[in-house]
Order: sequence, then structure tokens, then C-alpha cells
Amino acid sequence: MAIRIIKLPDIGEGVAEAEVVEWHVKPGQEIGEDDLLAAVMTDKATVEIPSPVGGTVIELGGEVGSVMAVGSKLVAIETEAAGSKIEAVEDASKAAPAAAPVEKPAPVAERPKAPTAEKPKAAMPAKVSRPSPEPVFGMPLAAQAKPVASPAVRGRAREAGVDLRQIRGTGPAGRVTHQDLDAFMASGAVPVVSSRTPKREGVEQIKIVGLRRRIAEKMAESTRKIAHFAYVEEVDMTALEELRAHLNKRHPDRPKLTVLPFIVRALTHALREFPQMNALYDDDAEVVSRYAAAHVGIAAQTPNGLMVPVLAHAETLNLWQTAQEIRRLAEAARDGTAKRDELSGSTITISSLGDLGGIVSTPVINRPEVAIVGINKMAIRPVWQDDRFVPRKIMNLSSSFDHRVVDGHDAASFIRAIKERLELPATLFIEA
Amino acid sequence: MEEISTKVLVIGGGPGGYVTAIRAGQLALPTIVVEEAKLGGTCLNVGCIPSKALIHVAEAFHHAKAQEKGASPFGLSVASPTLDFGKTIGWKDGIVGRLTNGVAGLLRKHKVRAIAGKAELIDGKSCVVRTADGDKRIHAEHIVLATGSAPVEVPALPFGGPVISSTEALALDTVPATLVVVGAGYIGLELGMAYAKLGSKVTVVEAADRILPVWDPELTAPVAKRLKQLGVEVLTATTAHALSDDQRALVVRQSGSVDTLAIAADKVLVAVGRTPRTQGFGLEKLDLTLQGRFIAIDDQCTTSMRNVWAVGDVTGEPMLAHRAMAQGEMVAEIIAGEKRSFDKTAIAAVCFTDPEIVSVGLLPDQAKAQGFDIVTGNFPFLANGRAMSQDDEAGFVRIVARADNHLVLGIQAVGMGVAELSSAFALALEMGAVLEDIAGTIHAHPTRGEAFQEAALGALGHALHI
Repeated sequence: MAIRIIKLPDIGEGVAEAEVVEWHVKPGQEIGEDDLLAAVMTDKATVEIPSPVGGTVIELGGEVGSVMAVGSKLVAIETEAAGSKIEAVEDASKAAPAAAPVEKPAPVAERPKAPTAEKPKAAMPAKVSRPSPEPVFGMPLAAQAKPVASPAVRGRAREAGVDLRQIRGTGPAGRVTHQDLDAFMASGAVPVVSSRTPKREGVEQIKIVGLRRRIAEKMAESTRKIAHFAYVEEVDMTALEELRAHLNKRHPDRPKLTVLPFIVRALTHALREFPQMNALYDDDAEVVSRYAAAHVGIAAQTPNGLMVPVLAHAETLNLWQTAQEIRRLAEAARDGTAKRDELSGSTITISSLGDLGGIVSTPVINRPEVAIVGINKMAIRPVWQDDRFVPRKIMNLSSSFDHRVVDGHDAASFIRAIKERLELPATLFIEA
Repeated sequence: MEEISTKVLVIGGGPGGYVTAIRAGQLALPTIVVEEAKLGGTCLNVGCIPSKALIHVAEAFHHAKAQEKGASPFGLSVASPTLDFGKTIGWKDGIVGRLTNGVAGLLRKHKVRAIAGKAELIDGKSCVVRTADGDKRIHAEHIVLATGSAPVEVPALPFGGPVISSTEALALDTVPATLVVVGAGYIGLELGMAYAKLGSKVTVVEAADRILPVWDPELTAPVAKRLKQLGVEVLTATTAHALSDDQRALVVRQSGSVDTLAIAADKVLVAVGRTPRTQGFGLEKLDLTLQGRFIAIDDQCTTSMRNVWAVGDVTGEPMLAHRAMAQGEMVAEIIAGEKRSFDKTAIAAVCFTDPEIVSVGLLPDQAKAQGFDIVTGNFPFLANGRAMSQDDEAGFVRIVARADNHLVLGIQAVGMGVAELSSAFALALEMGAVLEDIAGTIHAHPTRGEAFQEAALGALGHALHI
């Protein structure tokens, strides 16, 4: 018998640490060579670590959510190899070619499962008997909202005005028996009037791991370091909406245009006048780098959390190319197939909540960028024109800027430059 | 016009309606039930009962024919059996008559007045009934809508001439030489198989890619196999277009093919589903909330109008007589002031094909889709003594249960006579049985029910006889 220590392998260039997002093994478990040990997450990539040896797992190097340095102990495995008491140290990257990092950008947030939640497949008792005297309760599932009880018990409960969901059944699978009902009523429980909603109890604790944790860190850092200021302006979108409807009708074969490609275009044009907005601020070095290219981040909600796929060189794209690229990136982000360079490198970000959108928002800057433009919901509002109210399509732009390097006057002028282009959409297509 | 006042007015005398009325009568509520055709509704007159009679005859005849050919493994032979189909239909009508008269007798016994005529709703409290002896206006505190359903018509194949619905298929003068069945659901296959056994050359045309698409292929495979043995041609992924010009064939097209195909058909049975009867009796005046084509109800069968209730097929799936009866019983009790709600766990669905299919609760895939971690147990009749001694070993019993606490979520079976197991299956689900309950119940030997116990044992990992 020998104990082998499996270290966290070097899983990518420049990666010094990784977070354990899922354990595939637990202490005491026998595993074979190449069986997966754990999934670890680095900067937006999840890597499955296989075992280079077979044996019995005796110790895990940390729990789900712990961050490990490359080279630190991942698991200890007792092998059947000769040479007792020798602590062999093994680098898992020498295992099999399968150790090659699986590029899987961030689909991890849904995967983490506390090892305790993993039901062993051998949950079935090996002999026929009533299940253990302590009744086994299944995980509460929405699908099983109905209490388990015989029709006679259900009928009695209904007559007595008792909501069976309040009774903890002692029968198999939590079945409520006649005795349970008797005990409940004898305990002086107030019959539930059907119109009263039963009290809800319990606290659900959710471990913040993986992508969620990265989002938490980034957001906290952004608000800690950046002196945010918000600026809201309203834009009359009536003319642009007419143009958009016309273009969509005229080109049914092309990708459908939303408002977003127009805003990207207005933004890239305005950035030529205001290069200080298309910049990254390295606050350690105290250097602002202004970029000629407009790499526009599009904040997108995915099943796993917020992600910001990047529209690279947005200044080179026409409306339909922009629309198509936005759609492709959003889908890739959502289904987790986005490549790493599609998720980084933005120089300014647009934040849109789509149909939600609200009246005003205060977006958090995607640090080290210095500006973010938020799109609010468009609505028809009465606007005073000449001597009467007219219905106009009004939309707010809620933006945030880094006041350390951007002044209020410049920010307001920048937003006005965008507003003017959107309100007179012809100017979007004039190369001034 | 005669004016009548009552407490409960039931419109429709099928299983939903007549059970409502009987139970209301038992509870001493003044009750009237109106039926435009015959008491017993679709089920007794042109559905469940007559089709089972026909299936029984077809089965008996088929067995006799098989023995004529000397195919009996146990040495029985008969000399050229023949069938007087007119007598078959007469026998079937006799059964229907006994049952519908029985319903009439039960209504009388419980002092329910049955009025034969067509009801036309005036509002949520009254209707006019056109009867043979004049119109009657009925005022009621409660109206129970139990108008049932009717076969769906395919626009390209309107009923009439050689195109028939299940109703006509149960009252043919002779066995058609060729029969095309459109729709491989339970109605189409039950009748299609029966006619195949009676001697028709049967072809089944189905738009989906397999028969009985509401169930999983494992469960329906024994039926597909038997169809083949009976020489029934099943054309899946095929749509019916129209009758041929000479009205003697059905033109169909298989999906992905440009060519059409004409199938000789003395009769074309269209069995593509049933649609609720919500028109033709003034329902629009009540402006009830609908759910799709059906009248929307809650768990007490109340509609969107106070004291207007609805039960049975007109309220949605599953369109089954036993569901309608349970709803009707409950509605009468609620009207009588009792506290009830439709809290059933299980409504068994039975398909009287050869072999029969029973399904109660969730199929394995449905259970998984609802987020359950499941175990299943499956016991084939191949290993069941009773099945062997009945010379029909096709099929199995299957149990689906939660992996964590073994609560039974669904039970399915396919095999000869398994319809009779549906009671045990439904009871297990309704009582909240776990696998150990079924495994721990002594099942009589030798019966097909043993397969039920063995399936539970199998799910627990230790079936005894396989």
C-alpha cells in the first residue's frame, strides 16, 4: 500500500490558482485510473482533472469553492502499489492526454453540488423491509406538491379543515397516516382556513462559487475603486423606430434589427469625438490607455449569471453585421460555447435589460473601463411640441462614468453626441 | 310551455352526467337530467361498452380460426368456424340495452327525473328542453354541464359514405373486406385490431412516427408486434389526403415522399381524437372561461360562473369515463354541502388492444422530466406461469418509483388481460404505496398479478423469478 498525493496540475498558461467547483470523488471511494477527480475553474474555463492512478481516495485537498494554488494537494489516494509508507507525489497532468484542459467557458455555475447532496446510487436498501424506522423524506420537489396520504386520510383532513402539507407524515415516503392526523389535531393545531396561506419556514443557503463568485468579486472591486457617477438622459426614438421598422420590412431575409445595433453605431461614432470614454484606466500605474478600436462589451444575462461577450472592432460593422454578431455572441455566452477572447478585451460596455429595462438604472462599470451605457425601456410618452402634446417613443440612457478620469461635462457632452445621432438617424450614416 | 323548478339540472346523460344525477338523488337533492340521445352517453352506447363487446367476439372468432388451421399448441382443432355478424351486432346491442335500461332504473330508484330532449341554455340558471311532447323550461339552482365529446372530423375526409367514425364502426352490417384506419391512437387500434381478427384486411395510417404515441415505445412494442402478426399494415409518418375519385380507396402520402399511395378501402375509419361538445346548446350565452377547446374548471369542477359546474370530457383530458364519474360524484356531494375536492393521484388509462395496455401515473421519461431521480422495475410475462398456461406471454409490468424514498410514481403494463390489473395499480398510487408495500404484499399464485409484485422486487434489486 502506498499513499499518493495528486497535485493540482498546471492547467494553463499564466494560471496560478483554480477554484474547485465540483468533486467527482469522496473519501473512501475506490476509483480507477483516469476517473475524474474534480472540476476546477480558472478564469472562465473549467477543467476536469482525471486521476493518474487507481486506488482509494483518502483525503480531499479542500471543499467545493476553495481556491487552490497550482501544485498544491488536490487529493490523496491510497494505491495498491508496493512500497508501504512511501508518499509518492504525483502530478495529475502526467496522467493521460485527457488531462488537457477542456475549454468550457463558464457553464459551471449550475454544476456545483455539495458532495453531501450527491445521492449514492446504492441508496436502495438491500433487503425487503420497511424502510428505516426514521422515515425517509425525499427532497421536497415542486412536482410532489401533493402530500402523500390515502384517500380516506385526505377526506378526513378536508372535513376537519386541516391542510395535510402541515403534517409531517411518519409513514414510508413521508406518508401521512390516520395516526399522524389524529396527533396533529390533538395537539390543538388550529384548523387552517382555506383562505389563509400557510406559514413558510426554512432558510436555503447557497454557496457562492464559480462564475457567481467571480461576478461578486468583480462587482465589489469596481464599486470599491471607481468613483461612479450616473448620468441619465432621455432620447426621442420615434424617427429611429420608423427607420428600424422600415429596414426590417424591406429586408425580411436579413437578421431582424433591434435597437441595439443602432445604439452601437451611435456609440462608435460618438467615441471618435470622445476618445477618453473608450479607455482602460490602470489605477496602479496611473495610466489611461485610449483605444482607437471600439471593442464594445454587451452585458448579457446567461443561465449562469452575467457575462459580457465582446463585439470586437464594432466600428467596422454595419447594422446587420452588428445584429448578427450580437446574436451569435449572446447565444454562445448562453450555451457556454463562447471562446475566451470573445469574453474579454472590451473597451466600453453597453448594458441592456431588454424588455425589462425600467426607467433609470445605475450600471456598474466593467473595470478597468471608464464608462458604461445602460439602455432603459422605450415607451410612448406625451411630449409637448409647439402648442400640444404629441405621442413620442421615449427611451432613457442611464450611464455611469469613472469620475477619477472623466469629468461630468465631458460625460454629458458624450451622451448628447449619442442622443443627437439617435434622434436624427440619418446622421448615423453620414461619415462626418 | 311547461315550467319546472329543480335544485340540480344535469345536461348530458353519459357517465359524468348520470353519476352526478344518481349521487345527487342519493343525497336527496331534487334532480333532473336531460339527454338528447340515449342515457349512458358515448360510453354505453357508442364507446367503451360496445367496442369491448366487439373486441370480445373478434378475439373468440380469431382463436377459433387459429385452431382451425391446427396452429393450437395444445392440440385443439375446430372445423371451419363462421361468424354471423348480424347476430354479433344484435348481441352487442342487447348488452348496450341492458346497461342503458339499468341506468334509467337507477335514476328512477333515486327519484331523478330523466327528460329526453335537446337542452338549450338560456342563462346560468335555466334552459329550454325541446322534447317530443313540447318545450319545457327548467329553472335550477345548479347546472352541471356534462355534454361530453364527439369524434374529430378530418376536413379532407368528412364523415359520410365510406368514411366512418367509431360510432358507425360499432354498427356495421357486415365485416368490410378492406378497412383503413386513420389514427393509431387507442380507438383506432382497438377497432382496427378487432376488424383484422374478424377478417378485414386492415391498414392503419398514422401521422406520428409510431403507434400510440402518448406512451413510450417499450410499452407499445408488444402491440406493434401483434399488429404485424395479424397482418395489419401500419403506415407511420403518413397523412391521409382524400378518398380516391371512385370512393373505393384512401389516398395517403408518406412524409418525405412526393408520391401518393392509394389504399383500397371499403370503409375508412377516422379515429384521430375527440373534441369537447361546447356548441349547439347555448353555452356561448354563459360566456364561460375556456381552457383551449375545453370548459375551464378548478379542482371542484366549478366553472367561471357561480353554481355552474362541468364534468367529464367537456372539461379536458384525460377524456375517460371513470374520471367523469368521479367528478360527477364529487360535484353532487359539493352541491349537497360536503367538503370535497378532486385530489386524485391516479387515473388509470387502459387500451384494449391485443395485448392490452395499462398506464397509471408517470411514465419513466415523464418522471425524469419532472425532476425525479427514479428507479424502475420491469417483469416480463415470459417468466410468469399463468401467462404461459394461457398461451400468451407477450408483455410485462413496469414500476417507476422515486430513488430516494421508493414512493411509487407510475405503473404500466402491457399484456393479455392486464386491464384487470389497473385496479391494483391505481390503488397502489392512490394509497401512496412505496416499493416495499407492493413487494411485501402476498400476490396469489398463479396469477398475472404476480408480475406486479416481481416488478417491485426488481426495482428493489432482487426479483425472485428472473
